[in-house]
This record gives sequence, C-alpha cells and structure tokens, in this order.
Amino acid sequence: MPIRTITGVNIEVNDEGFFEHPEQWSEDMAPELAREAGISALTDDHWKVIEFMRKEYFERGTGPTVRVLGKTSGVSIKDLYQLFPKGPAKVAAKVAGIPKPRGCI
Amino acid sequence: MAHRIVVLGGGTGGTLTANRLRRLFSPAAATITVVDQDDEHIYQPGLLFVPFGLADPAEIVRPRGRQLHDGIDYHQSGVDQVDIAADEVHLADGTLLAYDALVIATGSTLVPEETEGLTGAGWMEKVFTFYSLPGATALRSALAAFRGGRLVVNVVDLPIKCPVAPLEFCFLADWYFHQRGIRDRIQLTYVTPLDGAFTKPVASKTLAGLLEQKGIELVTEFNTGEVDGSGGRLVSYDEREIAFDLAVTIPVHSGAAYVGRSSGLGDELNFVPTDEHTLQSHAKPNIFVIGDAANLPASKAGSVTHFEGEVLVNNLWRFLDGQELDASFDGHTNCFIETGFHEAMLIDFNYDTEPLPGHFPTSVGLPLLKESHLNHLGKLMFQWFYWHSLLPGHPIPGIPSGMPHAGKHYPARVDRAPTATN
Repeated sequence: MPIRTITGVNIEVNDEGFFEHPEQWSEDMAPELAREAGISALTDDHWKVIEFMRKEYFERGTGPTVRVLGKTSGVSIKDLYQLFPKGPAKVAAKVAGIPKPRGCI
Repeated sequence: MAHRIVVLGGGTGGTLTANRLRRLFSPAAATITVVDQDDEHIYQPGLLFVPFGLADPAEIVRPRGRQLHDGIDYHQSGVDQVDIAADEVHLADGTLLAYDALVIATGSTLVPEETEGLTGAGWMEKVFTFYSLPGATALRSALAAFRGGRLVVNVVDLPIKCPVAPLEFCFLADWYFHQRGIRDRIQLTYVTPLDGAFTKPVASKTLAGLLEQKGIELVTEFNTGEVDGSGGRLVSYDEREIAFDLAVTIPVHSGAAYVGRSSGLGDELNFVPTDEHTLQSHAKPNIFVIGDAANLPASKAGSVTHFEGEVLVNNLWRFLDGQELDASFDGHTNCFIETGFHEAMLIDFNYDTEPLPGHFPTSVGLPLLKESHLNHLGKLMFQWFYWHSLLPGHPIPGIPSGMPHAGKHYPARVDRAPTATN
C-alpha cells in the first residue's frame, strides 16, 4: 500500500488515495485533503458532512452512499453536490479519512 | 406446542424458505404461514426478455399459493407493520399473526418517484422500466415502434435487483435492432453511476470490452438527479446532460414500505440489517432475512436467495432448538449474462472472490466470464429449474450453496480468500 505524508504524518492509503486506517486521520488534515479534491475552503456545512461520514463509518463499518447521505445527513443531495463536487460520498470520504464507501454490489 | 413460523413474502425467498421449512418440521412441530399482498408470482429473470418479444408476459406469472407445499397456510394481505417487541405481525386486513420465528422475504420495491421528474411527463411514453411487468410489457410496444434515434439505458442508483440485467438489456437491444436491420440508425448508450461497466474489476473490464465491441457507448459516474421525459434529457447532480429519444431506466430500489413502519426493523432504505453469514437480523434474534430484503453486501439476485435458503432454514431450526447458529453463508452469487445472438456469459462469485474466468462448477463445465452458446442454453433452461427445483427448495444438481473454487483461474497475485464453507 502506498504511504503518503499529510501534515507531516505518514499515512497508509490505497491506490485511489483513500485512508486505510481512519484512526490515523485528524481534523487538521482535512483542509489539505479538501484542497486536493478541489475544495478551497471548508465551511460549517462541509464539516457537518465530514463528521457525519466518520460517525457512520465507525458505527457501521462503511461510509454512506450519496442516497443515504441525502436521507440522513440533513443536507440535500443537491447541496451535497455543491459542497463536494463530482461525487459527494467519495469526495467526502476522502476528506474525512475513511475508506471508499462500499456502496452496493 | 407447535412453533409458529411466519414468512412475509411469497416470492423467490419466501416460497423456497417455506417449502424447505415444511420438510424440516413435521406438521406437529411447526405451523408455517406465508403472507403476500397479491397472488402473482413473477419469474423476474423473464422480465428482461419481454420487451424483445422473447417471453410472453403471461408465461412468466403463476399463482403464489400453488408454489407452496401442502401444509403451508397462504394468507393474502398487505403487511401493516411488525411489532418486534411483541413478536406480532399486523396485517393490512386487520389480522394479527403472533410468531415464534419470523422470516422477512419481502424483497425490494421500485421507487421511481424518488427521482425528480421520473414519473412526470413522458413516463411510460418515452421513459420506461423493464423492472416491472407493466413496464416491460409497455416497453415491448415502444421498442417495436422505435425506428431510429438514441436509446439510453440508465441505472439511477444502486442497489438494484440483478445488477447485470441493465447490461443484458443493452446487449439484447443491440441484437434486436440488428435483427430488424436498423442497428445503424440507433445509438445505444449505457449510463451508470459506477466508475465502470460493473462493480467488480475483472468482470467490469470484460463487460466494458463487450459494450465497446458492440458499439454501445458507456457513460460512467453519472448520478441521475433528474429525468426530463418531455425534453428527452437525463440530468446528473453535477449538471451533465444526456439527451435521449427513448429511455430505459432502472429506478432506485427500497425495501418494503412496512419495514419503515416497523420500529427498529429496517435501515433508512427499508432494508433489514442482517448478519451476512448467519442471515439472522440485527433487529431481534427470532427474525431472519432472506433475499433482496436484507442489507447484505451481496447482489440482489435470485441465485443468492437460493444459496441462502439452506443456511437460513438450518439456522431457524437451530434458533428454535436453542443451538448456536451456523455462520456459513459466503455470499455465493451465480448469474448468466445474456449477451445477444444466442450467447451468454456466466459469472460466479462470493463476498471474497470476484467473478473470474475459468469454468463452472469445476474445470469441466460452463465457461466463466466468456460468451458461449452453452451458457445461453443454461439461461433458458434455468426457468424450468426455477419453478421445479428452486422454489420447491431443492438444490440444483451439481451446484453447491457455497461457491466452488475448482475451475476458477485466480490471478497470480490475488490470494484465495478463505471461506467459511467446508
């Protein structure tokens, strides 16, 4: 697995850049991860989604899909796309330091 | 006193479960009641063939009650809710069914109204789904009248039943228009929210290659936000647009509505959280879940339901007998993929092993992940096995519940994942 450095910490990520170990993530890494995903500044709404993603991950073992996010996060799917363009579930998972949502098979 | 077993749903999972349970428990040991809201058991794999005139709507429907063995009580009613604290099911017709063990087998339901515009102007005129019998039947006329333009096949979001069916529809459409001599006037486009043709890498590559070979355009990572039927446009949440003259859509799916009305039973999509190896629900130990109704990380497919049957009824027995459950379901899935021109592929996989090339069930057998006429015949023959072997709850000869490893070509660097089955 590739190793990369964020805020001076070595992080194990998968080939697509998702964290292998979400416990290695800390809040101060989020701005850098967000910039890489094309989000220049994190607003309160971004943080609301990031915290929700992490909570879901630790409770259920996977991050939610966009549809579930739209139903449960308190942010509509349209707004989620404004916040995390090109796929809120994947981008938010990356910024939140959790593995790619398993989605569905 | 006899155990009271209630099975909600008289489709694939409910029928095969009830029939297996009836053989396992003597009439004195258990009463078995199956509940469904209607009496039409649809052979769902047949829906794919209806739009192309390859199956007649009437020949894929049979009465539900008649698929159940003697000694099983069939009760036709909708379900209002399950009171999991009181171990009771409240039916829509006012009946109260108390149970010692409950099997949830109510599958998944199409919810086209969840997508903006989908059921608005143009629905069932220019925008169809073949995932329901009325939809597949209406699409048959629409396809027959279609003489040129862009046909878009669109998966709105996952999970859906039989994730390969939309691809099969594309392949068959290619064959169908070729046969009519107008393929060159039709643009075929497959639009998916996934980042490839399919969920699993090796099969995804093979299937993408097949789309390309057949001149079917592949649009990936398209998350449909709106369907504009009258304007003939799909619009994604990130504001991309795809124009169409005819759209075949696979609407989003949810679990049955009563699951949402039953406190503590389902998740936000009305699927029931279920242990992926024992098939016991997380809601309460006396509730088991089979087939599409569960939230398992497996395909929503009849073959999965069939393979689950053996583990589920054994565990239900063990539960009622106070024994430890058998955690042996491995996520085994087996699908024929109709590829047109009288050929089909076969894929066979489980939770840990993705679909791989090789042969099934052993090195002498049907070719995997490769087009062959033999697989096409297998797909056609499966309908007979469905009514006569699968629904009665018998194993299909030579095909075990656990995924067979023999015959599969494993990539050198991928270790064979251990499975719980023997």
